[in-house]
Amino acid sequence: MPAPETATAEAAEEEKPAVEMVDVQIDGAWHQVPKGTRMIEAVRMARGDGSTVPHYCYHPKLTSPGNCRMCLVQMGMPPRPAPGAQAAAPDADGHLPISWMPRPVIACANTVAPNMGIRTDGELVEEVRQGVMEFLLINHPLDCPICDQAGECSLQEFSVEYGKGSSRFREAKVKKPKNVDVGPRIRLDDERCIMCSRCIRFSREIADEDVLGFVDRGSRTVLATYPGKELAHNYSLNTVDLCPVGALTSNDFRFRQRVWFLKETESVCTGCGRGCNIQVEAREGEVLRLTPRENNDVNSSWMCDHGRMTYHELHVADRLTDHMIKEGGRHQVARRGEAVRYAAALLKVFKPGEVAIVASGRMTNEELYLTRKLAAVLEAKLVDIIPREAEADDYLFAADQNPNTQGARLLLCGRSKPGNKLAKIRKGIAAGEIKAVLSLGEELTDERVGLAAEDLAGLSFLLHLGTVMGVTAEAAQVLFAGSFPMEKRGSMINVTGRLQRLGGGGIAPGACADDWEVLRDLIAELGGGNGIYLLEELFSEMAREVSKLKGLSLGKIGSQGMHLIDSKECVPLLRKEAERRASGLIP
Amino acid sequence: MATVTVQRPKLSLAEKLFLPGVLKGLAITLGHALRMLRGQKKVTMQYPEERWDANLPEHYRGAPALVTDEHGRERCVSCQLCEFICPPRAITIVPEEIPGDDQWAKVEKQPKAFEIDMIRCIYCGMCEEVCPEQAIFLRKDYAITGTLP
Amino acid sequence: MDLGLIISSAVKIIGFVFLMLMPMIAYIIWVERRFLAIIQDRIGPNRVGIPWTNVGLFGLGQPIADGLKSFLKEDFTPGHVNKFYYVIAPALVMVPALLTCAVLPFGRDLVLPFLDEPIRLVIADLDIGPIWIFAIASLGVYGIVLAGWASNSKYPFLGGVRATSQMISYEISLGLSIIPVLLLFQHLNLNDIVRYQSEHGWLLLPMWGDGWSVQRWLYLIPAGVAFIIFVVSMFAETNRTPFDLPECETELVAGYHTEYGSMKFAMFFMGEYAAMIIGSGLAVTLFLGGWSLPFGLDALVLGVFSDTWFSWVPALLSTGIFFLKIVCFMLFFIWVRGTLPRFRYDQLMKLGWIIFFEAALANIFIAAGILMFA
Ligand code: SF4
Ligand code: SF4
Ligand code: SF4
Ligand code: SF4
Ligand code: FES
Repeated sequence: MPAPETATAEAAEEEKPAVEMVDVQIDGAWHQVPKGTRMIEAVRMARGDGSTVPHYCYHPKLTSPGNCRMCLVQMGMPPRPAPGAQAAAPDADGHLPISWMPRPVIACANTVAPNMGIRTDGELVEEVRQGVMEFLLINHPLDCPICDQAGECSLQEFSVEYGKGSSRFREAKVKKPKNVDVGPRIRLDDERCIMCSRCIRFSREIADEDVLGFVDRGSRTVLATYPGKELAHNYSLNTVDLCPVGALTSNDFRFRQRVWFLKETESVCTGCGRGCNIQVEAREGEVLRLTPRENNDVNSSWMCDHGRMTYHELHVADRLTDHMIKEGGRHQVARRGEAVRYAAALLKVFKPGEVAIVASGRMTNEELYLTRKLAAVLEAKLVDIIPREAEADDYLFAADQNPNTQGARLLLCGRSKPGNKLAKIRKGIAAGEIKAVLSLGEELTDERVGLAAEDLAGLSFLLHLGTVMGVTAEAAQVLFAGSFPMEKRGSMINVTGRLQRLGGGGIAPGACADDWEVLRDLIAELGGGNGIYLLEELFSEMAREVSKLKGLSLGKIGSQGMHLIDSKECVPLLRKEAERRASGLIP
Repeated sequence: MATVTVQRPKLSLAEKLFLPGVLKGLAITLGHALRMLRGQKKVTMQYPEERWDANLPEHYRGAPALVTDEHGRERCVSCQLCEFICPPRAITIVPEEIPGDDQWAKVEKQPKAFEIDMIRCIYCGMCEEVCPEQAIFLRKDYAITGTLP
Repeated sequence: MDLGLIISSAVKIIGFVFLMLMPMIAYIIWVERRFLAIIQDRIGPNRVGIPWTNVGLFGLGQPIADGLKSFLKEDFTPGHVNKFYYVIAPALVMVPALLTCAVLPFGRDLVLPFLDEPIRLVIADLDIGPIWIFAIASLGVYGIVLAGWASNSKYPFLGGVRATSQMISYEISLGLSIIPVLLLFQHLNLNDIVRYQSEHGWLLLPMWGDGWSVQRWLYLIPAGVAFIIFVVSMFAETNRTPFDLPECETELVAGYHTEYGSMKFAMFFMGEYAAMIIGSGLAVTLFLGGWSLPFGLDALVLGVFSDTWFSWVPALLSTGIFFLKIVCFMLFFIWVRGTLPRFRYDQLMKLGWIIFFEAALANIFIAAGILMFA
């Protein structure tokens, strides 16, 4: 399938005019950068380590108003010859001499020109940075001890580098509103705001909800919501990430933990089918927040508030923490091996066709692949997942609420549409043809399956692999405590057909197992060992057996994922971003 | 240059033989022992009976404790810097927001739980040094074992 | 076998080893702690006395408390050790130390009124005394090597390696150093050596009997050199400061016994002190007249107690004198420990192989020359 797709991509490539490159001298060395690049991005390219000149208001995905002045650099151009004089001769490499301008320019809004010179350090640049910092700090409160941004605050970082260490300001600081509710999830501290307007621009340009603005221009400028409006859209928490200081803080994360204690793990959001790239930030295995990770093929630099809150599922009240076997009508705690042997012994008695499996679109590819193998060992014909749909928005949030429906289609459901067999399973149970059900990560009393507690009680065997106590778990003979997606590694395929990796980050409590290990043990107990000990090995085996994944390994997927299936879905947010770029609003 | 070559001192024969040095050392130690036996020199303090409380220096580092300000408010704002700096990780803090109806709501943040594991604490004083609010001090208590009241 | 011999040997073993040596080990440790303390202007253990009273007895209860503590501590064996060798290593240190004391004469022949024959106050009256001691004492190194190896961790291993080379090196000068002594006495029975010194002056104090000869006074030169080499080598053999490199805590945590605890550690500890006591005993026996009194006082004592009913007194007195000499020697050990810093390992090896080995060899020729020509 991908063949024609690549062909069109190549064709598109050819049609584009070749990018014109210009020579720019950056900190003394000559570089080639595409014409029209902002100076700040040219510096980033030249440095090659991701760093660039200090800045507050500039963000590559937003327009550049140039209002913080932190990014000032020294610029130079070839001298213009006096009328009648001879133009300066180029040197051996063809570069003209540079005459430096006496005043600095901002690097974020100016684009490079041929033979331009940029200096990101030196006396003048250091001096203006110190000046800008001194102004920014004049009215800034000494809030760092209680400020959530401390530790990831640009203002702190640049004060260390360019701050004075003591204040020359003798007058009283301007008092501004603190602890203001600007929306259901966000708190604003106006004293900390440095007027970079990133939050305003994000709401206006990306979320299309113009709710924020500056009022009372002058030294008393404050950020405020427009009367009668609040910062409540589903992308509002991105402003908290964007805010270079601690002016906007998330109610959810507020005062929970210091950021320097957090360990970041690269993963993928499982809140919907989009699969936004995220960082799972946890202290000692306890997940405390999710933040977006840049991926320009999926979520640009953003994620939705719904996705950010998904980690709260880890805090459910009745989390399963032990594997259990039902004996005499009561659940007894068992070791994983015991429970696996018990389940396998009971499963062996069923004839082909008497077992049905209800799997989940929230399982990883590896788990789905093992589910298919398990179905083959048990000769179960009725295997399906529960589809979930919701209303998509025009940005990231996808209609498909299962993070891995594409994976289930590829690995488990075959040609049938996910969810098509659920009715058959229901009928089979009612008719008594299906005697045993394996419920993998799903609640069978869900209305999409439509089973009642009595139906479950009527089964001869019910196995549940899940995370939360519920009706199905209660009725199960064998109960395996599994992990949430934020606690496991693996791979998933998002709605646009991109194969991406989950990195874990959280640590499951108690005896909770990695779901794939339970499935592997069950298969081994029923059909003999398979010698798989690592997730990497499992993926490689899967790659050998599934033609779409041929030649892949977990490592090869990379932190940014890779396009695998053409699903005809596109990302509205990326489309809009491309439009903005085409119209020249953003670089 | 970082390497400095030091000339080894030239030793005289007596020094090379080592024995005179040994004898001199033996004489010194014997002198100490004799003085001690005559009861002229004693540095040991017989602890539970004799105490040094009156002589504890100003900077003595005993058990760390949180302090209150002049209004009786606990000064700690739960910035967790001491938790970070503490070399043996003796401090565990659970921060929380001060409720809006509290007298000190404008301080915004306070510790919900502030635990110092006194078995781990090494009395280094780093917490006192790092605290931006001057909320934690090392007291002069050095006898911190005992029974619960 | 002669029943009388068995009984008397048993009594001597119990009396000497268990009633004298063992308590001595315990109390030497206490003495060491107190003596080191006063050298360092401290007090040392002075509190443990009679339980549940305030009677301190200068801390004399300390060794008993320490012993009890060693017994009551958990006998922990780390999981990574080689169990068999790990367990026998402490015994291999303790046993040779105790075995060597078999040939040490600890008193004048005991004449009891109701026995015809005098009892020799030595457990085994061998004619190869010093050789027996060296033969057995050199087995002590196996305990340390095994401890270091069986502990299966790096510090004990390094400690064991150090101990091996150190003890093997110094055994040579130790053995060579006493040859001049044996040349003079022409005897290997330690009891006879002591009796000779009692009558003809101590080796280092030839001031009575026929000690007043030019030959004996000239002989003081090789005897003195031998004494110095012997004593220093003994420090090295018993791993005492300044040669305690196998267990030096600054580099090796606790050297070969890092992984040991409770009674097993106590065995190493006691073995080391037993070795020190035996070493001191040998030095006293060879150089300082063993159990004899100086200046021919022995004859005087014998004269005073020639009465049949008091004939046992000189023997007891001589035992007391022997132990007094040992205690003085031990105090010297402790004094040195309180004074000298630890040597570097290369200095230790250099001292052993380049200085002492050669000096001891030369010393033999000097002694022989004096015996031949003077
Ligand atoms: S915004 Fe930054 S500088 Fe200001 S109080 Fe917060 S951490 Fe400190
Ligand atoms: S609240 Fe933050 S992002 Fe918004 S203008 Fe102020 S500093 Fe910038
Ligand atoms: S004194 Fe040192 S060890 Fe003790 S709590 Fe403070 S920082 Fe930690
Ligand atoms: S450093 Fe001070 S203010 Fe911060 S948590 Fe510790 S005691 Fe509280
Ligand atoms: S980043 Fe350039 S002016 Fe703010």
